[in-house]
Amino acid sequence: MIVSKKIVLHFPSRLVDQPIVYRLIKEYDLSFNILKASVIPDEEGLLVLELSGEQSNYDKGIKYLTKTGVKIQSLSQNVLRNESRCTHCGACITICPTNAFELDKISRQVIFINEKCIACGLCIKACPPRAMELHF
Amino acid sequence: MLRTITEINEKLKAGKAIITTAEEIIDVVKEKGVALAAKEVDIVTTGTFSPMCSSGAYFNIGHTKPRIKLGGGHVCINDVPAYTGFAATDIFIGANALPDNDPRNRLYPGEFNYGGGHVIEEIVAGEDVQLVANSYGTDCYPRKKLATWLNINDINQAVLFNPRNAYQNYNVAVNLSNKTLYTYMGILKPKLGNANFSTAGQLSPLFNDPYYKTIGIGTRVFLGGGIGYIAWWGTQHNPNAPRNNLGIPSRPAATLAFIGDLKQMKQKWLVGTSMIGYGVTLTVGIGIPIPILSDEILKFTSITDADITAPVVDYSKAYPQCNPDILTEVNYAQLRSGNITIKGKKVPTASLSSYAGAVSIATNLKQWLQDGKFLLSEPVAPIPGSGSGYQLKPLVERPIRIQ
Repeated sequence: MIVSKKIVLHFPSRLVDQPIVYRLIKEYDLSFNILKASVIPDEEGLLVLELSGEQSNYDKGIKYLTKTGVKIQSLSQNVLRNESRCTHCGACITICPTNAFELDKISRQVIFINEKCIACGLCIKACPPRAMELHF
Repeated sequence: MLRTITEINEKLKAGKAIITTAEEIIDVVKEKGVALAAKEVDIVTTGTFSPMCSSGAYFNIGHTKPRIKLGGGHVCINDVPAYTGFAATDIFIGANALPDNDPRNRLYPGEFNYGGGHVIEEIVAGEDVQLVANSYGTDCYPRKKLATWLNINDINQAVLFNPRNAYQNYNVAVNLSNKTLYTYMGILKPKLGNANFSTAGQLSPLFNDPYYKTIGIGTRVFLGGGIGYIAWWGTQHNPNAPRNNLGIPSRPAATLAFIGDLKQMKQKWLVGTSMIGYGVTLTVGIGIPIPILSDEILKFTSITDADITAPVVDYSKAYPQCNPDILTEVNYAQLRSGNITIKGKKVPTASLSSYAGAVSIATNLKQWLQDGKFLLSEPVAPIPGSGSGYQLKPLVERPIRIQ
């Protein structure tokens, strides 16, 4: 059975320079489509993949990723904004790797564009009033 | 002088005063010029809504039966320690206070999800909080332990008292190092990854009265959604900071201390705030009305973001080492464009101060004035100005040798 799933991979800084995705593809016969990527030396790397292949290969591939120390997140989780806590300061804007926050030029409020959000969760602890919430 | 505060108050009572916000006045002046605008407009309202660490609140919780002396004892509200060095039932809680069992930065960067700022927010919201006290017992105050729910509606006094708020200008924080920094100016990404700033710019109170000609001790203000007063000049007040040709300080300068009845304030404008890796604080909403007593005062209120410059400071080295070095100066129009250029690099900007909140506060205050709910007060004394010689001093350490 062929499966295709969207996943978010967080690479600890020590793994950023290793060919993990290369091995994932080569050894487990999976194909991938990069949806988003943010890799900066000495920082946590972020990769959003659509990963496809045989179910058994897919499971083995995920097992391999877990073993290397990569944190895997399914895209089925969702980041939502608690509107009553948001103060519209804008601290999230430069933190979000996919530019899901924008400052509205007229209202001067911070707009959260859910469609751009990959649920990486970086904004959650970066939000001073803790308005961003992870929902499963 | 165009008009006095007494005359403006007569107009307010009659519902005839003309009021604009510090944002609206910019277009009025563009259209009509300073002299005509000053003739027409009686008051300009300002606003700011930003994390302000030097904030706190004191309470008188009422006497227990038998009596307990909290003074000199230990008190926690929702596990956050409060200061007890006063009398039997007066306590003070600071916005930065943390529960004793908070791991702080032992798990770096610490999350700082709850502390004094959050306690103040919950108390303002009318939520019950837990007070746990231990004391030593005296002949007149025999009780030693107290554990009780507390609600703002039941206690004698609840007073917001902030020693330093409403900074006149502030640093733009960046990071030149190779690792992410967690600061009170937010998360700073390595190698100039972002730049964070924190004032309301053209709406900020002290930018609109840069020489403190109308703002003084006793000025009635919008504080945390209620009415408050300027109690004193703030700590670290530095009116001698360098100024540009419009008189606007180009470095952090004046500060103000505020006081007001917490019982009539609103949760919306006093928000418990967490800065990852740094600590907890309180986001405070403040609005100050500026009476247009002269053409000069009106001209000051018409400053725009492009007129205000702020220093860009490296928080990996210059700030923690207390070096005065700055990387460059940028203006608020550039900061609000979303990007600034530092050392030839395009750096995305973000604000920690809510401009939308500042607009809302200035508009709220304008509405209060129009409704006759809020009259202007005459300051009872000025705050030290730019010619006063008043200065900000670092600590000159005189180390004590421990035998």
